[in-house]
Amino acid sequence: MLKAMFGEAWLAMGANRLRTALTMLGMVIGVGAVVIMMAIGQGAQYAVQQTISTMGSNLFIILSGSFTASGVRSGSAGAPSLSVADADAIAELDGVINVAPTHSGTRQLVYGAQNWSSQVIGTTPAYFEARAWSIASGASFGDSDVRSSTRVALIGKTVAENLFGADDPLGRTMRIQQNPFTVIGVLGSKGQSLDGRDQDDTVIIPLSTAQRKVFGTPFLGSVRMIMVQADSADNMPRVMESTTALLRQRHRLREGVPDDFFTRNLSAAAESEAETTRTMSILLGAIASISLLVGGIGIMNIMLVSVTERTREIGIRMAIGARQRDILSQFLLEAMMISFAGCLLGLLLGLGAALGINLLTGMVIVISGGAALIAFAVAAGVGIFFGWYPARKAARLDPIEALRYQ
Amino acid sequence: MTESVIRVVGLGKSYVTAAGPFPALRGVSLDIKAGEFVAIMGPSGSGKSTFMNLLGCLDTPTTGEFFLAGQDVAHMDKDALASLRNRMLGFVFQGFNLLPRMSLQDNVALPLVYAGVDRAARRARARELLDKVGLGQYAESPPNRISGGQQQRVAIARALVNSPRLILADEPTGNLDSHTSEEIMRLFGAFNAEGITIVLVTHEPDIAAHAGRQVRFRDGQIVSDELTAEVAK
Ligand SMILES: Nc1ncnc2c1ncn2[C@@H]1O[C@H](COP(=O)(O)OP(=O)(O)O)[C@@H](O)[C@H]1O
Ligand SMILES: [Mg+2]
Repeated sequence: MLKAMFGEAWLAMGANRLRTALTMLGMVIGVGAVVIMMAIGQGAQYAVQQTISTMGSNLFIILSGSFTASGVRSGSAGAPSLSVADADAIAELDGVINVAPTHSGTRQLVYGAQNWSSQVIGTTPAYFEARAWSIASGASFGDSDVRSSTRVALIGKTVAENLFGADDPLGRTMRIQQNPFTVIGVLGSKGQSLDGRDQDDTVIIPLSTAQRKVFGTPFLGSVRMIMVQADSADNMPRVMESTTALLRQRHRLREGVPDDFFTRNLSAAAESEAETTRTMSILLGAIASISLLVGGIGIMNIMLVSVTERTREIGIRMAIGARQRDILSQFLLEAMMISFAGCLLGLLLGLGAALGINLLTGMVIVISGGAALIAFAVAAGVGIFFGWYPARKAARLDPIEALRYQ
Repeated sequence: MTESVIRVVGLGKSYVTAAGPFPALRGVSLDIKAGEFVAIMGPSGSGKSTFMNLLGCLDTPTTGEFFLAGQDVAHMDKDALASLRNRMLGFVFQGFNLLPRMSLQDNVALPLVYAGVDRAARRARARELLDKVGLGQYAESPPNRISGGQQQRVAIARALVNSPRLILADEPTGNLDSHTSEEIMRLFGAFNAEGITIVLVTHEPDIAAHAGRQVRFRDGQIVSDELTAEVAK
């Protein structure tokens, strides 16, 4: 019985191939759009998640300076308001696991005849831990290097490739601002940051060396930025509050005087970025679903036409013993087969297009079995939902009226 | 005394029209025994088709009783009627009414699909009947490949495929020339000889003469009910 019904639905679909194909096209486009959009949306989410995981967790930064009432940041011209001593004091606070004062800027690097400009970060060993930065080869510098301002450097993958080319950078000497630095390690790769910068285009050197030799600041012992890592996400707000209180006390700010520094929760910013991507991906899916709806309406339209055209056939079937539910399931099956076939093609088209986008633009895409499953469930749902009304209309025809229909 | 295949008592059918209820059948009583071949005659609009639709369980009467092989049909629901049509009845229409997309064999087998018969048995049985009406060689052809008379023979094969008790034919020769009509009537005669009860509507006395009994309708009532031998006198 079921096999016979499939056979008949197949025949009916084949009877008007162009029409069936066009109806299916609606579903193909709908499902294809959903698959592409979900692949892109999930890809974006994945990319952001990856980036966030390379940033390090539970981080906030303290920047020197303050906002005036008019919103202009002041204090950047004079001595930075933060000091290495501040950083040491923060490290003693409850819930703080890493504190890294940093001084950074863009500088020209020279190795032999090669030139390369990249971000140079002067900091302390705690920075590597806070940012969960692995060492691909060689070793990190230690506290003693910071104390004695040794000229050692760790370089990112991009720097290694562009400055040293095929040479192994370990143990080689490069120049930053005329000063020779020995490369003691190559950093593990992190890829892009949230704002799209290449995190591997980085050189990390001891803070004191950076201040003395590279940036030449007159305010030794002062820094513009301190990075702090809390022990948990839950503790972040409390740690940030106690840090603020500690700094106000250390900077002897009386009540009513504004902070001469400000703090920024990097992890929260990352989370909101992730949230934005999530929202965008849902939105993309939702917009694509509309085309699925349009495809479904196309099926309903054609099924209604088909029921009218086949009124006499329905009458004949009823006369020879088809019950209402036989007619209902016949038309429902037909709608579902169109929907399924469209869905299958749409799935293939969507996957092909998503892979194409990935190959052509390098955009990250994620294809999950879940998305395919959802697409199929939706197709069945669309078939049943939009096929129901025409099928019921067919099943409720009066056999005599239907037989008389010309 | 043979069993009644059809027993109707005081059967009435009114159609709802814009001008109010229209009585197309007014108190028809008739008894048809197993193995009879009955021709129903009468002028256009006399209620013949209305009567056939009731006999065919396609419609329910407004008043009266209808027993099909002893079962009270007048009060059955739609699904029960559908199953009754499938098991007990075979229809032959004026316009043949084969499904154009299917092969002749699939057309003949279609009632068996709704009876839940498996595919192999369906095909075998359909083929058997196609052979019986002399069209076995066209089993895989679509209906539009054969003539009207041949199509009507396929329709008769379809009507017989479920081994029904009763064949109902509403003007089966209305679209056919007289020569082909004769052939079709001989086919009906042959199946009647095998014991199948046949009720057939026709305008033409020549056609009606093939039946053993002629029932005449006028204005929704039976005006005469005679054996063919008596009519001939
Ligand atoms: N569905 C209907 N609605 C209203 N009137 C109908 C309907 N079917 C038939 N009639 C009327 O009932 C009468 C009998 O029709 P019918 O049984 O078709 O006659 P016949 O087959 O003998 O020509 C006619 O007057 C016809 O107009
Ligand atoms: Mg009629």
